[in-house]
Amino acid sequence: MFESMLNFPGSVFGDFDRLRREIDDIFGTAGLPSSIRSVAPGSFPAINIGNTPNSVEIYAFAPGIDPAKVNVTIDRGVLTIAGERPSTLPGDDARVSVYGRERVSGAFNRAVSLPDDVDASQAHCSYRDGVLCISVARREATQPKRIAVQ
Amino acid sequence: MNSKTEVQTTNPQDTRVILPRVDVLEDEGGITLLADLPGVPKDKLEIKVEGDTLTIDAAIAPQTPDGLEPVYAEVRVPRYRRAFTLSSELDPSKIEANLKDGVLKLRVPKQESAKPRRIAVQVS
Repeated sequence: MFESMLNFPGSVFGDFDRLRREIDDIFGTAGLPSSIRSVAPGSFPAINIGNTPNSVEIYAFAPGIDPAKVNVTIDRGVLTIAGERPSTLPGDDARVSVYGRERVSGAFNRAVSLPDDVDASQAHCSYRDGVLCISVARREATQPKRIAVQ
Repeated sequence: MNSKTEVQTTNPQDTRVILPRVDVLEDEGGITLLADLPGVPKDKLEIKVEGDTLTIDAAIAPQTPDGLEPVYAEVRVPRYRRAFTLSSELDPSKIEANLKDGVLKLRVPKQESAKPRRIAVQVS
């Protein structure tokens, strides 16, 4: 009935397994294949990617950057977002006590592999509320078409 | 064990929030708090002071087009929340908040009586 020790109800092993699954659920690593260019969680900027039938949408959560100074490049199917985030912390001479410094500053660089069917010449990028939104169109030929029946 | 799991799943909206990253700086006039809230527009940001607790509650507004199918996500919960305890020398009625490009800047001034004063020494 119980094929593995993990399946005993109420056993220590089962509890650990459940804990591991909950952590996986929170950090989102459960079962999903990760990209070869993916990095440890908590890197800057965080990226969400979504597909629509005619484009690929990439959202980079990069608050407090100057959009004019961000380099977004697409080179052979790899989208790279690079830039620098200025530090808001005061210099050493200022009479300021710093209690928390969790925010990231300095140079950042992230890369994302794009699917093969995107058209790099038709990409546009906007910056709103601290989110960099990059939309790359898919090639016309690969978009689903409806064929009319004669 | 099973009952515990049920309790956790009944209210997932309230438990799963992102803790925004903050910088806290103090100078003579008060405390400046900088918080990263990317994706939050001004109308989805709520800052509350209840007693001595300052709560930042913010929701990420979806910018997604129709028919978007998520493929990969590092930001999985569309909500930020974080609370701080204010000390008594701070003046919660004069908090100024400013949200720009996803960075919230909160200025909590000190009470007039709590600001450091220089006492001149008189030489007789």
